[in-house]
Amino acid sequence: MSMIFGVPIAVLYGQLLIGIINGAFYALLSLGLAVIFGLLKIINFAHGAMYMLGAMATVILFDTLGVNYWVALFLAPVLVGIVGVLVEYFLLRRIAGQDHIYSLLLTFGVALIMQGILTNIYGVSGLRYSMPDVFKGGVNLGFMFLPFYRAWVIVAALLVCFGTWFMIEKTKLGAYLRAGTEDSQLMQGFGINVPLLVSLTYGFGVMLAAFAGVLAAPIYSVTPVMGSHILIVVFAVVVIGGLGSIGGAIITGILMGVVEGLTKTFYPPASSAVIFLVMVVVLMIRPSGLFGKEA
Amino acid sequence: MTIMRKLLTSAVASAMMVGGAQAEISDNTVKIGYLADMSGTYRGLAGPNGLAALKMAVADFGGKVDGAKIEIVTADDRNSPDVASTTVRRWVENDNVDMVAGLVASSVTIAATKVLEESNKLGLVNGSAASSITNEHCTPNHIHYAYDTYPLANGTAGAIVKEGGKTWYILTADYAFGHSMENDVTAVVEKNGGEVVGSIRHPFPTPDFSSFILQAQASGADVIALANAGADTTNAITTAAEFGVTQAGQTIAGLVVFLNDVHALGAEVAQGLQLTTGWYWDLNDETRAWSDRFMEETGDRPTMVHAGIYSSTMQYLNAIEATGSDDSQTVRKQMMDTPINDMFATNGRIREDGRMIHDMYLAEVKTPEESSSEWDLYKIVRTIPADEAFRPLADSNCKLVSSQ
Repeated sequence: MSMIFGVPIAVLYGQLLIGIINGAFYALLSLGLAVIFGLLKIINFAHGAMYMLGAMATVILFDTLGVNYWVALFLAPVLVGIVGVLVEYFLLRRIAGQDHIYSLLLTFGVALIMQGILTNIYGVSGLRYSMPDVFKGGVNLGFMFLPFYRAWVIVAALLVCFGTWFMIEKTKLGAYLRAGTEDSQLMQGFGINVPLLVSLTYGFGVMLAAFAGVLAAPIYSVTPVMGSHILIVVFAVVVIGGLGSIGGAIITGILMGVVEGLTKTFYPPASSAVIFLVMVVVLMIRPSGLFGKEA
Repeated sequence: MTIMRKLLTSAVASAMMVGGAQAEISDNTVKIGYLADMSGTYRGLAGPNGLAALKMAVADFGGKVDGAKIEIVTADDRNSPDVASTTVRRWVENDNVDMVAGLVASSVTIAATKVLEESNKLGLVNGSAASSITNEHCTPNHIHYAYDTYPLANGTAGAIVKEGGKTWYILTADYAFGHSMENDVTAVVEKNGGEVVGSIRHPFPTPDFSSFILQAQASGADVIALANAGADTTNAITTAAEFGVTQAGQTIAGLVVFLNDVHALGAEVAQGLQLTTGWYWDLNDETRAWSDRFMEETGDRPTMVHAGIYSSTMQYLNAIEATGSDDSQTVRKQMMDTPINDMFATNGRIREDGRMIHDMYLAEVKTPEESSSEWDLYKIVRTIPADEAFRPLADSNCKLVSSQ
């Protein structure tokens, strides 16, 4: 078997694919953050909690009402989206226009409250969620065994990412959104309901996080603290990609998944630090991020 | 007259001194600090339910021992040795805490017992796994009660090697406990004629194990051993099931698996998993009776850690009652001199290195067909006798032993 730095090529291919799968999660999550920051200038520290809510909702909906995976894939993000709209309407709106630090602290507090309440009710040992029967098993690719579900994660995440990018960058609705955040008074003058637009945008960004949560439910252990682990990494991804850059968040997400996967192969102890290392280097060379517009 | 007065005063003074010596329970309160992970990865194995077990023991004493009130303070260690050091220091220096219970992540325990040694208080360790806690990190100020990595490695790894699992690949949590576990497993595997072909030290905690499972798969080893605990172990087992590890003929060995982990995984995913445990709720009538009480309090079945917390606290309070003192060395000596016979152990005893020696059990997780209820999860395959289970004193590096 041919080797690269003592690692068989087959293992390396496998790690690349795993990296892309994890990157798909990063992409979905950082996309939501980028939408919320890019359009609303809110640093959403509740994003990890919303991802967790998506996963928890999937499990709870199944346990209590028997809602299956496919329905949860739409229902859970909608429910979490409603939570997001409420958070925006009752809390975030009151500090609009203030320094970024206010939105950061407020959303961080919201996240801690959600996490704390759910920890009290469900503990942190993890809730059980069985994989839908269609996804049981996998396919042998020669260099690795690819579970069907992981393949589905890549497809679903990329579809949603592309759809979001297309909607914001290429459609009329996206143009309204971007214009509304650029000059809200002018847009209101044109008869556009900007506050509603802001609520819906926050709700939509949060829905993306919840969607990632539903995708995660069958393969990761679903606990009230699952979001806090991933949040910081996702923030680093957004910073590397360039704050507010929608396409940048998607590409960087997948890229960082791959970088992390390769680190897990060559030097596992560094795998939890490597993304931050990349962030430091990127910030030193390109302070506005890989895909950010120069300030 | 003056002579009489002098005599009287000295008599009164000596009477007061004697009185002072009799009331040996400091400030007439026995204060117990419960330090555990209340919100993170290890919440399930000790956490709030461990506090409930502690309270059950205190309640059994009616909240008083030898006339002194028993008080409990608690803190969340957040799995941080720094938080543990500062909390325990504050407890012993400002709050007059006599004994610290719980003590979960091994790194936390090592930090906390250092402070306890400096201040000459007592720690009853139940949550931690590292066998180094009564080996190179032993102190005269703590007792390691429920289990440690040595019997876990011995029981589980020994049994699997004998069944033909000769080559091993170890996934290790990258901190004190994982390293201790990895060493103990490697020793057991090699002693029984097996070979460790590779290992990975993964960050603690790791949410996604797919990359590590893939590497373990590619190693072609007979056995993939998990030298981690809590959510790390359940995540690794779930991922291994997803990637078809066992179907491809490799065995998963969970080295530190608690009842709450198996409960979270469910018999469907965890069936056939071999593990070693210090205690199981469904062993006999006494364990079942206590577990029913525990379940009424908490809604869950207890892990071996919960049972250990209750049992060790009872032993501690019994020792205070017997000696009339809450001085750490007096109590520790009394506990060492008293065999432990209760719902937790039969003929358990505490050695001079602080290790509590008792029977351990090799268990196998039942299949969904065998399991009659949500918590009916283990069948006991073998009882490992106390003397065989734990590290022999002859191999000890503990400073309290080598003086002999």
